[in-house]
Amino acid sequence: MTPTLAGRIQTRLVMLGTVGVVWTILIGFVAPRPEGTAMVDIYKALFTALLIVAVLGIVWEMIYHALQQYRWEKDWPTIFGLVVAIPEGIVAWVLLQRGIPWDVRPVAASTYLTMFISLWILVWAITNGPLQIFFVRWRYRGGRFAGGW
Amino acid sequence: MRSEQGDISDELIATSVWSDQHLSRHGIPVYDVPFVSVGGGIGSFSMVDTLRIAGITTEQIRVVSDLQRPTQTYEYLASNSQIRSKHRLRSDSSSVIDCIWGWPGYALREAWAKKQPAHAMQVLVEPIGADYYTPQAGQVYASVNREAARISWNNMVTPGVVRHVRRRDRGDYFVLFTPPKGTTPTKRVAFRSRYIHMAVGYPGVRFLPDLQAYRQANNDYQRVVNAYEPHDHVYAEMRQRPATVVVRGAGIVASRVLQRLLEDRELHGAQTTVIHLFRTYATEAQGDKATFRRPVRKGWAYQGFNFPKSAWGGQMRDHLESLEGDARRDFIDAIGGTNTAPRKKWREQLDRGEAGGYYIQARGVVQSVVPSPDSRKVRTVVGTSAGLQNTQYDADFIIDATGLEANIEEHRVINDLLAHVGAGKNVKGRLDVERDFQVRGVDSGDGRMYASGSMTLGGYYAGVDSFLGLQYAAMRIHDNLASHGFGERIGPGRSTKQWWKWARNKAI
Repeated sequence: MTPTLAGRIQTRLVMLGTVGVVWTILIGFVAPRPEGTAMVDIYKALFTALLIVAVLGIVWEMIYHALQQYRWEKDWPTIFGLVVAIPEGIVAWVLLQRGIPWDVRPVAASTYLTMFISLWILVWAITNGPLQIFFVRWRYRGGRFAGGW
Repeated sequence: MRSEQGDISDELIATSVWSDQHLSRHGIPVYDVPFVSVGGGIGSFSMVDTLRIAGITTEQIRVVSDLQRPTQTYEYLASNSQIRSKHRLRSDSSSVIDCIWGWPGYALREAWAKKQPAHAMQVLVEPIGADYYTPQAGQVYASVNREAARISWNNMVTPGVVRHVRRRDRGDYFVLFTPPKGTTPTKRVAFRSRYIHMAVGYPGVRFLPDLQAYRQANNDYQRVVNAYEPHDHVYAEMRQRPATVVVRGAGIVASRVLQRLLEDRELHGAQTTVIHLFRTYATEAQGDKATFRRPVRKGWAYQGFNFPKSAWGGQMRDHLESLEGDARRDFIDAIGGTNTAPRKKWREQLDRGEAGGYYIQARGVVQSVVPSPDSRKVRTVVGTSAGLQNTQYDADFIIDATGLEANIEEHRVINDLLAHVGAGKNVKGRLDVERDFQVRGVDSGDGRMYASGSMTLGGYYAGVDSFLGLQYAAMRIHDNLASHGFGERIGPGRSTKQWWKWARNKAI
């Protein structure tokens, strides 16, 4: 991909706001649920995680954008889109464990990882191709949906 | 002077704006069609493909072409430059010329068709863990033929060679062309059209002036050849006897020619010595800062494609759109210029050749190319930049791999647009177009003219002469046409519906 900063942020928010929300609802049914945890608490935790990935993601995208400047092609190789899941996943987990932005503890690692890893791969796979079926100009605009050519 | 009926006259040629009466007085039949694409190659194909997907019918489109199929010229040039159907192009997996959506890309399709997941893996880890995946030429040609059939390409093609595109006095344009002899009652025929698309490609191969001078002076077209013209006899002869060849150029074509020469030596017993002559020998990374640095190795400047990837749809595209004049030209030159693909196999092969003494790099500016004193060889005299003595290389063959000609005046129809219709030249001397590929200065009432392809380099988009660049231009032109009410804008709904048809190869 060859994202611009605006394209990165728009793509992240659009994908998490659509695919992310639907997937989180679905995964809540099947994610490991520690005994005694209410379903509503699982969803509170998962949606908080989703929110962290979306909002903190804006900062992450700025960092990626800065790193991208050191690439001659100003591209972002496909594999980078997977690798960055590791630091992002860790930071989001740490925030959840510290009750930021609000307390949803206890959150089981297995619950979180099931949601985070499956959603990441899903979003990554869709943005690396199938998204263009619906938005045929998206790739020319560096990942922007809005703002014209 | 009046010409015969059905033909143009000098008087008509000298008249910049034509009327219906002009043509009827000349007995030239005129047919109305809203959209005409001039060219018939891959540029016309990608434009028409996009329009058909936008709901334009075959009756509304004509493509004036002297080609049998859209890829014909491309195949000819690629084949001459030693890219045969099994060889790989320098094109990204997602630059899918038969699929405006770009997905699934060539890598996924090749992996699927051949049941070889390695191709999909390559695109997953490129360019860090592997070289860029690039498609085989044959796959590209076959898929274009398939898509051409799906959109009824042949029903839109009008065989002929366009002579003039002129403004009509009451708006719109005339496209005057010469059909193949004997196929029509008159020598010339014209279309009267509101929208014109120019996609005429390269007027010819570029010859280095010193090589051209040698060829003409010595009438020797066998030993000094251009990589884009048929020259297989050179390789055939070098397999028969030990020979020396000078290769000029340091771009993708030079890379491929060198690969062919060295493979003949390594695999087929040729005893060829290759002298590779660089005019500009890159010694250190190009670019002026850490965030703008193109890698260089042993004279070659390396990047995946002819421009950095983001020039097609990312930061560099956005940046270029904001530039005017010299700044635009300089930026295009900085991200383009002579460069080749960093393929591991090529680098290793050159290293082996260098170690073995049969691949020799030379640098300098050619002073002259003359027959050697015994006339058995061709002598290249090279001046070195340090003011040292000239060096000379005697060779059995010289292969010019420096590129294709794009001097737009050499194209008759484009030259006519400059002289009679009001088109102008951009900062790189090619056809001046807007960001959405409208040709500037040629509007005719409600009529609009567009251009895509190599003719437009120097405008607001760098990768015009590439599969993805042609598709980009087609999409921009489509958006502009849709704003004039020609076709339905391809939004998410239409896009999805049409992709589904494409995926099932359902005719539209």
